[in-house]
Amino acid sequence: MTEVVPAIGRSIPRPRAKRLISGRGRYTGDITARRTVHVAFLRSPYPHAIINSISADAARSLNGVVLVATGADIAQHCKPFAGIHRLFKGMKAPDQLPVAVGRACWQGEPVVAIAAETRAIAEDALDLIEIDWEPLEGLGTPEKAVAGVVVLHDKLGDNIGYDGVTASGDIDAAFAGAAVVVQDTFRFGRHTGVSLEPRSILAAYDPSDESLVVHESHQCPAQQQAVFADLMGLQEHRVRVVCPDVGGAFGLKQQLYGDELATCIIAKMTRRPASFIADRVESFASDNHAREHVVEARMAFDPDGRIRGLMIDDLFAVGAYSQYPRSSIGEASHVAALTGAPYDIAAYQARVRMVYQNKPPVGHYRAVGHPIACAVGESLLDQGARALGLDAIAMRRLNQVRDGSGPHTSHSGFVLNGLSVEATLDRVLEGFDVAAFRKEQAEARERGILLGLGIANFVELAGTGAPYYGESGAPVTAQESCLVRFEPSGQIRCHASATDQGQGTDTAIGQAVADAIGVFFDDVEVISGDSMACPSGGGAWASRGASAGVEAAVRAGRAMRDEILRLAGLILQRKPEQMTVAGRVIRDASTGAELVPLKDVATIGHYRQHLLPPGTQPEMSMLRSFVPQNQSFLTTNGVQLSVVSIDPGLGDVRLLRHRVAHDSGTVINPMLLNEQIRGGVVQGLGAALFEEIRYGEDAVLGTGTLMDYLVPLATEIPDIEVVHVANADPGTTIGAKGAGEAGTAGAAAAVLNAVNDALALIGASVNTLPITPERVLAAIDQVTREDQQAPGNYK
Amino acid sequence: MTVSPDEPEVVVRLTVNGAAETRSVSPRQHLADFLRDELGLTGTHVGCEHGVCGACTVLVDGDIVRSCLMLAVQADGAVVDTVEGLSDSGEIAVLQQTFLARNALQCGFCTPGMLVTAADLLRSVPEPTREEVREAISANYCRCTGYHAIVDAVMAAAHGTEQKP
Repeated sequence: MTEVVPAIGRSIPRPRAKRLISGRGRYTGDITARRTVHVAFLRSPYPHAIINSISADAARSLNGVVLVATGADIAQHCKPFAGIHRLFKGMKAPDQLPVAVGRACWQGEPVVAIAAETRAIAEDALDLIEIDWEPLEGLGTPEKAVAGVVVLHDKLGDNIGYDGVTASGDIDAAFAGAAVVVQDTFRFGRHTGVSLEPRSILAAYDPSDESLVVHESHQCPAQQQAVFADLMGLQEHRVRVVCPDVGGAFGLKQQLYGDELATCIIAKMTRRPASFIADRVESFASDNHAREHVVEARMAFDPDGRIRGLMIDDLFAVGAYSQYPRSSIGEASHVAALTGAPYDIAAYQARVRMVYQNKPPVGHYRAVGHPIACAVGESLLDQGARALGLDAIAMRRLNQVRDGSGPHTSHSGFVLNGLSVEATLDRVLEGFDVAAFRKEQAEARERGILLGLGIANFVELAGTGAPYYGESGAPVTAQESCLVRFEPSGQIRCHASATDQGQGTDTAIGQAVADAIGVFFDDVEVISGDSMACPSGGGAWASRGASAGVEAAVRAGRAMRDEILRLAGLILQRKPEQMTVAGRVIRDASTGAELVPLKDVATIGHYRQHLLPPGTQPEMSMLRSFVPQNQSFLTTNGVQLSVVSIDPGLGDVRLLRHRVAHDSGTVINPMLLNEQIRGGVVQGLGAALFEEIRYGEDAVLGTGTLMDYLVPLATEIPDIEVVHVANADPGTTIGAKGAGEAGTAGAAAAVLNAVNDALALIGASVNTLPITPERVLAAIDQVTREDQQAPGNYK
Repeated sequence: MTVSPDEPEVVVRLTVNGAAETRSVSPRQHLADFLRDELGLTGTHVGCEHGVCGACTVLVDGDIVRSCLMLAVQADGAVVDTVEGLSDSGEIAVLQQTFLARNALQCGFCTPGMLVTAADLLRSVPEPTREEVREAISANYCRCTGYHAIVDAVMAAAHGTEQKP
């Protein structure tokens, strides 16, 4: 056997990927159980309508139908739930039930559930149901919702779920004394995660011991266990949630869906396993949507480009309900927290309003709130530079929070620890010649092509700490745990609470544990995604795997190493501190001499305890946990640079170059880290240019298939350049920081700035995402065709 | 629409991954569901069921086909190869190795379709450019990787070179 080399820092491929490349993945839809009933939902064809009556006799009598359940039938078996986050005082959220009762509030809301021998029969039966609908006016725009044209939920009094202000400094004085004030209204369309594997669940209820076993395509098995038990009135230790291979999640599979809870209830009602797999059309109509903001924003500057003040008013339009159990408010609160966060800003005021309308709930999608905050702040900064005739890069350098200045309390009151905004901007510009680009831009202009350069700094709230959900009232934990087992073979099994939907969290945990103990990476197996087999913890959300998940693993691994050395010391009559674990042997720490095979220690610990001194009790497994206890979030930062080309005749934006510099702290696995960032970037590019769920003013869905809803394809995306600043997080042993949000956080803002840099050549600009060809052409039409001089924003 | 289980079934005989298979199927069952539900070949994934995402791509008589757009009864007499068969035969072993080494997959749901499509490209264009790879996989959706690593992996398989992560 070769010498053990540290696993951390190496681009080790993911062990789990081996089965995925062989067609041997185990996704929820691949798992079968005998006597399974297949569930389909009749979904509301109206955005808003009263259900006067439901006739289901014909459906019930169809051969192969097992159960037809209305909302009222389902409601007999669970409590209602409301997505309130108690940290946000005054937040209002309506009660929800799994399946609509009496009224449907969005097009796609489940209204009747049918369980049948096959999904095809269940769908046939849907056609036989007759509903007497009474359509009501639908709220399809944020403005219509806030105006209260219709009050969606009487008990709330209006459609405003939250209205809050964050402020610091003297905002009036900041704007009154400004040399230049820029203002704009930004609109961000609705999009969604489009996980390639649709939402899927297989629930089995055993009435003999009132136990529920759920296989679910989800990020958070422990949370789902708690939620199903609570809402269905089951004992939590008799509920098990297994999240096997998950085909993309991105925050989409992080909360509770009514149709998934209904499937568990149907398993109970029918006493048969119940399966529900969303098809693509119902995915668009019922998956969590994301974003949909209208942000009015103003930024005030001194003549030298220093930012004096920032005001934003974010109208955040969620759907008919607030998502449960985490609520939908996080997106808006992150906009308030993060707009302008890379900069020192003396005066700030952010108003955020969350309003209800007749659309599916908006939940958490990758980089919750970050892309909005980044686009607003970075666009205003560029507009300020343009207005002042200053270099937008120099303006960023002037205003950036200084590196190494210790914990920095932002203008929004967040403690941002160990930022490296200056270093990441320098890093992203390494090897990028702005002057050469300006020359190229001028030459392209001669040919009628508009080139643009955009830069966007961002701060990320990753690795959520205890206070944020601790205050929420929801069964959501920021703690991660890891159980490390020293097996009879001398090899290691880890049971992690952090979960892995392809990010590579399992691999990072394996690397961390291998190094903590001193064994080979190949001798470590990581098990995750099972609320029974793994300790309770958060799962996957807000980039916590490499920070909190790995920290728990390191602590468990070190404790296991200490116990292994204690046992070896008793066996060899040596001091534990004079030995090390090195691969498959224990060595003398100073001479390196091989003392005993690791397997022998394991054998004695598991099978031959009589050989140990009297009174010795070997501990063959160790559990450790970690939670960032007093910080709401572990923070980090990065910057993205984008180069685009626009054909002003066609309005289409081509991405020519995209570069990211990110502070990921200590890099555990460079390859997996880079791929996290690249994937995140491309989802952000989708939001920037392609992805939009379109609704009419009456809230009727216009994009129900992948023919209408565009996602980035291989031919539309350039290679994504990724570079790093390794500024270790001071709060953990390894010092790794979250990276899952980074790509999505800043990509759209960089593209928006690049597009506006290009359009500035002809005096045009856009402020609505996605930047579709129609919107570019409309912006060009708005300006006179006289050739205007470029201000040359980035000098 | 006829309603099963009262609807008549149709017998199909086809060769899947080299083995002769005979099943009695519903006329409306598409090939992807047939492979998954009748034969247990769950490596073929169903992502959209309207022929856009490419996750269900298989070989039918040697051509890449969206198995969600073809009925099982239409495959009567055909030779079908799925990711499982191509794995066991070793035909896509090099691509699988470069996908693994380069982390050209995350959630893995698109991967079987991506591998079948990439293998088809390399049969007709053994030494493609990056642009040709991007063009070839442009009808296979991937939501996780951003495609860069997939292009690297296909290039590495074609050119036998190590690509930098």
